[in-house]
Amino acid sequence: MSPWESLVMDDVDRRIVNALQGGFPIAERPFAVAADGLGVSEAELIERVRRLRADGWLTRFGPMFDADRLGGRAILAALEAPAEDFERIATLVNAHPEVAHNYERQHALNMWFVIAAERPEQIEAVIAAIEGETGQRVYAMPKEHEFFVEARFGA
Amino acid sequence: MPPPPIDEIDRRIIKATQAGLPLCERPYAAVAEAAGVDEAEVMRRMRRMLEARIIRRVAAVPNHYRLGYVANGMSVWDVEDEAALELGEAVGRLAFVSHSYLRPRHPPLWPYNLFAMVHGKSRGETEEKARVIASLLGGACRGHTILYSTRILKKTGLRLGE
Repeated sequence: MSPWESLVMDDVDRRIVNALQGGFPIAERPFAVAADGLGVSEAELIERVRRLRADGWLTRFGPMFDADRLGGRAILAALEAPAEDFERIATLVNAHPEVAHNYERQHALNMWFVIAAERPEQIEAVIAAIEGETGQRVYAMPKEHEFFVEARFGA
Repeated sequence: MPPPPIDEIDRRIIKATQAGLPLCERPYAAVAEAAGVDEAEVMRRMRRMLEARIIRRVAAVPNHYRLGYVANGMSVWDVEDEAALELGEAVGRLAFVSHSYLRPRHPPLWPYNLFAMVHGKSRGETEEKARVIASLLGGACRGHTILYSTRILKKTGLRLGE
């Protein structure tokens, strides 16, 4: 394979990415089942998925777990960090191991993070700690309802 | 306390698959070997976890940045409470919405209750998609905005047993 080949996807790759976003079978030979509708052999599909994964076109391949339903709890929270204090506050927030993601966003509420923990009271403790350390109010935004989505990214 | 939704064997299956499914002819047999159960048991338990929505889906997840979707906006909407559930369902069905939730308002700073992540190849495309949501919500929506992420400050995966 030339070093350039991995930088592009051909039509078969695109068909695979578009089709397998929607779901992958649970069967003894799932690649054979999926390959049937894609016009490739089982072996070719395995090889292509391996390459798409290795080259970073796919970030994951397999089951996606819902952390909330595994018994833990994750909530979204936001705070308003003054521009001159933004980096210090980001460091304080990120220092908590329960903070899984943190994004800077363009809004008065400019820092948005996810707190994940096994027990609800741990989440409350992290929020209280962040408020104490930063001097900023933390706006908790737990999900009240999750809508079923079927997003597709056209490849 | 409700019973835990997963048992020890489920946990072993989760640990064996959370980094991804093995890429071989019989991936569930490979998982079974790692988890110390048989292939049929792995498939039965994964189907159960799918039904219980512990597993959202078994699928390929494209790197949407790599596919050119670089304008990732968190669109947020102030939707009348009585209509929010029904309209949120409709928003979730739009093919360009990757996550959609109802969350509490914090007035006056935060009047929004419906969140929908929208992905486009440019901000113009993302705004075009937001206009589709706006027309779907119609008069039940009192206001909205789109928050673009400008920097990832931290990103670690949620991992079980680590």
